[in-house]
Amino acid sequence: MSEQTAANPAQTQPETTRKVPLRSPVTDIYETRDALVLLMELPGVDASDVEIAVDNRVLTVTGRTSAKAPPGCTLVHAEYRDADYQRAFTLSDAVDPSRIDAVAADGVLRLTVPKAAPEPARRIAVRRA
Amino acid sequence: MFYTTPWPGTGWIDPLREMERMRQEMEHLIGDLALGLRREFPPMNLWAGENGVVVTAQVPGVRPDDLEITVHENTLTLKGRREPEPAAPDVAYHRQERSYGSFARTVALPFRVDPEKVSARFDNGILTVELPRPEVDKPRRIQVRKA
Repeated sequence: MSEQTAANPAQTQPETTRKVPLRSPVTDIYETRDALVLLMELPGVDASDVEIAVDNRVLTVTGRTSAKAPPGCTLVHAEYRDADYQRAFTLSDAVDPSRIDAVAADGVLRLTVPKAAPEPARRIAVRRA
Repeated sequence: MFYTTPWPGTGWIDPLREMERMRQEMEHLIGDLALGLRREFPPMNLWAGENGVVVTAQVPGVRPDDLEITVHENTLTLKGRREPEPAAPDVAYHRQERSYGSFARTVALPFRVDPEKVSARFDNGILTVELPRPEVDKPRRIQVRKA
């Protein structure tokens, strides 16, 4: 599995018209015997605002933040900015992207990509000319 | 701890304060870069309004039950833990960018807070703590009477 365009996800995308920045989410990836698990931190993104797409073995996760400034307040000290998130990964042949399971809890998105059953070896019979 | 600006209020413009505000705005613009160098967990934002202060913090992956919020006089303390995934055999990590462990941060507030009135909310990994300013502490307008 390799990563695509993580350094600058905006490169392959049209620029967004939203005022919040677009970030690459912090991600853990580990592999168990039967699946590949991705844990992505998407603080402020509701489960309904996460979009997961697989195109040509490229898995793209996009999350739109729904965090809002407290009404009637001004920001006096800032250590983070609310952001939209996007990151793309290229999946290897060892996994089956058609059966991805996604669960969001407490600002962390968990993607489970099951491993594909190994293709049985094929024998090709040679015909006599 | 980090509350250095005066209470943003109404009234006349103090040039020094205005410069401080502009400096802060510049910091916001380029700030994300600078912030990356001295990142503390969790990153917090502090908001000031007429009725008090709101503290928001990004704590993705922390269960609300593992968060401990305490208020003592004019300090707010946030403690918690982020548990790593339970170790399992046959697990190979390809990428490990998230951090785990316990954290604690204390913030000095510009006023004493009534702990009874503090409320906290947790949405999608963002903690919002509302700290209302006590009535007696609110700025009051004093009428000038004619002699």
